[in-house]
Amino acid sequence: MQAHPDRPARLRFGVLAALLTVLLSISLLAALAAVALNVFAPPAAIFSDNFADEPSPDPDQQNSQKANDTTKNIANTATDGASNLEALRARGAYLARIGNCAYCHTARGGLPFAGGRPIDTPFGVVYSTNLTPDRERGLGAWTRADFWRALHYGVSRDGHLLNPAFPYTSTTVITRDDSDALLSYLESIPAAATLNQPSQLRWPYNSQWALYAWRALYFKPHAAASAPQPVDRQKPQERGAYLVQGVTHCLECHAPRNAMGARLDDPLQGGTLGGAQGGILGGAGGSNWYAPALGREDEASVTRWSRDDVVQFLTTGVAPVGYASGPMGEVVRHATQYLTPEDAGAIASYLQAPPWSNPSAGTPVDSAPRQPESAQFQTDPVAQALYETHCSDCHGDRGQGKSDAYPALAGNRHVTQTRTSNLIHQVLEGGFAPATAGNPRPYGMPPFMLQLSDNQIAAILTYIRQQWGNHAAPVSAFDVQQQRPLQSP
Amino acid sequence: MAERARACAACHGAEGRAAADGYYPRLAGKPAGYLYHQLRNFAEGRRHYTLMTGLLDNLSDDYLHALANYFSSLDLPYAAPPAAKADARVLARGEELVRRGDKALELPACERCHGKSLTGVAPDIPGLLGLPADYINAQLGGWRTGQRSTPQPDCMARIARHLQLSDISAVARWLASQPVPDARTRALSQATAVDQKISNMQSLKEYRCASAP
Repeated sequence: MQAHPDRPARLRFGVLAALLTVLLSISLLAALAAVALNVFAPPAAIFSDNFADEPSPDPDQQNSQKANDTTKNIANTATDGASNLEALRARGAYLARIGNCAYCHTARGGLPFAGGRPIDTPFGVVYSTNLTPDRERGLGAWTRADFWRALHYGVSRDGHLLNPAFPYTSTTVITRDDSDALLSYLESIPAAATLNQPSQLRWPYNSQWALYAWRALYFKPHAAASAPQPVDRQKPQERGAYLVQGVTHCLECHAPRNAMGARLDDPLQGGTLGGAQGGILGGAGGSNWYAPALGREDEASVTRWSRDDVVQFLTTGVAPVGYASGPMGEVVRHATQYLTPEDAGAIASYLQAPPWSNPSAGTPVDSAPRQPESAQFQTDPVAQALYETHCSDCHGDRGQGKSDAYPALAGNRHVTQTRTSNLIHQVLEGGFAPATAGNPRPYGMPPFMLQLSDNQIAAILTYIRQQWGNHAAPVSAFDVQQQRPLQSP
Repeated sequence: MAERARACAACHGAEGRAAADGYYPRLAGKPAGYLYHQLRNFAEGRRHYTLMTGLLDNLSDDYLHALANYFSSLDLPYAAPPAAKADARVLARGEELVRRGDKALELPACERCHGKSLTGVAPDIPGLLGLPADYINAQLGGWRTGQRSTPQPDCMARIARHLQLSDISAVARWLASQPVPDARTRALSQATAVDQKISNMQSLKEYRCASAP
């Protein structure tokens, strides 16, 4: 599998609604042209072309999934068939876990996998769907071929095109075997008769034609239909690439998107989360966290980390430099903490190789000794007093943090990162590190939203970005105000 | 645990002794089961406060139990109640509802479940004293509109819907004006309240509570 799919940056525009509409019109024309040139074919044609080369073609006519599960092992005894099914389901359960399917497909306080969680996109709200085995309202009537078609081609059982809020731009990478395992697992969970809710997308994004156009421009089903299943000790990067690009769909957040919501996959740019500002997923409280770039030393690159630190971060939420916060905290809590050490290591190997390792990208914050801050920045005494009142108890009077409990602010790239929205959210909303088996009772930070004004937060953040060797641009009260939720908590 | 609960202290006061602004409720000394259920209610969308939900999203069930037990174990003195801001007639109506309920409105007395001393019944039923009137008002109002709820059957939602708005205010004002008995009295009334709770639940079958089975 190619480490990074060739998807050149196409269009980068500001996020203006009018512009979007113009773009969509262009997209529609482009799509029509594409159809005319036979570059793009309607879904039915895609399937008849592509089903032939799948590794495990599935008999569509099967009446019962169980019958199908045993056809592969027709020579085996019934007991072997049952244990194979068990193994398949166990693998599906693991993949569903690390793929975090349940997080989006479960409403807050709702039944697992029964759908109904609102997903805020720049184009309106999409509701996740019922994946339980209910025959009418869930996937109970779906065959393995139906399920594969949804993951690989982004097309539902009844033929309608799925909204890419369901990340089929990533799930298209998932192999047929893993797709079958996932469905086997979903067939084993309790059915829930939860009705799917229609999405609330604005015109024209709510039309199938808009999706035809979008797919013609931005979606290509993945070509390779199989990937190494166990981690090949010689080539862990392949397994890592498969997980990052497919199952754990990291790039759905960690890659930038254009104005049409299409991923651009530039290792040097991260992605914005949240409905209002161009990302695809709603962040905490409808706000806009930034998923830092995995290819930048000054953002989220792990090329300078030890492999063990990456594994520890993914499986416990804690690394020597700090802990997973915001949406990444949710990902660790619900998904990556369950990665096997081999899979976490494979992800580390992949993320420590090109294109993610790029020596010219971003300056590491902890490299050379720096000049005293006084040479460049003046210390604001008001900000210093605020810091000492509200922050220094935990983060230390020199921003050194407290080991195991509170991260250091000095030399911390999440403090100095160019995009300040995460830093501002952290102060406004506070938060705990994710509770994991390796860190079951994490420490937390209180929210300061109600205690501190925009000016005070801006002063504190500017202070910590320019002290103790940190050299980053100031934060303005306007920056803070932009990230404050519109409604009171 | 005290260090781990610092994130709570910004709003709920040091050691969960209640906030200066009189809205964020006290946590210290409340029944552990009650506190745990509230954490779950926030995490699962039955109570709504974005900051609370955000803080709880990454925590495990085990950790929520630990936090609830920690705050429950704290025994801090209560401040004297503020002077009641209501006329005697309103306060009398409040006391009437708390002590005897209102048969015509199908309202059981608060004390039948919350204990004769109104200081709650371990492990699940909270005390009603030492809370600001605004907070009690907001909770009963929230139950009427569905803004606050528990798993079904939700006894308090039913009670709140039977309450008139003027009665909510009367109950809140009277409760907020009562002093909290000292720890020894609270402990004694707990012991009798547990027996009382059992008989109450039998006589109040229609008011079954999922959060206090």
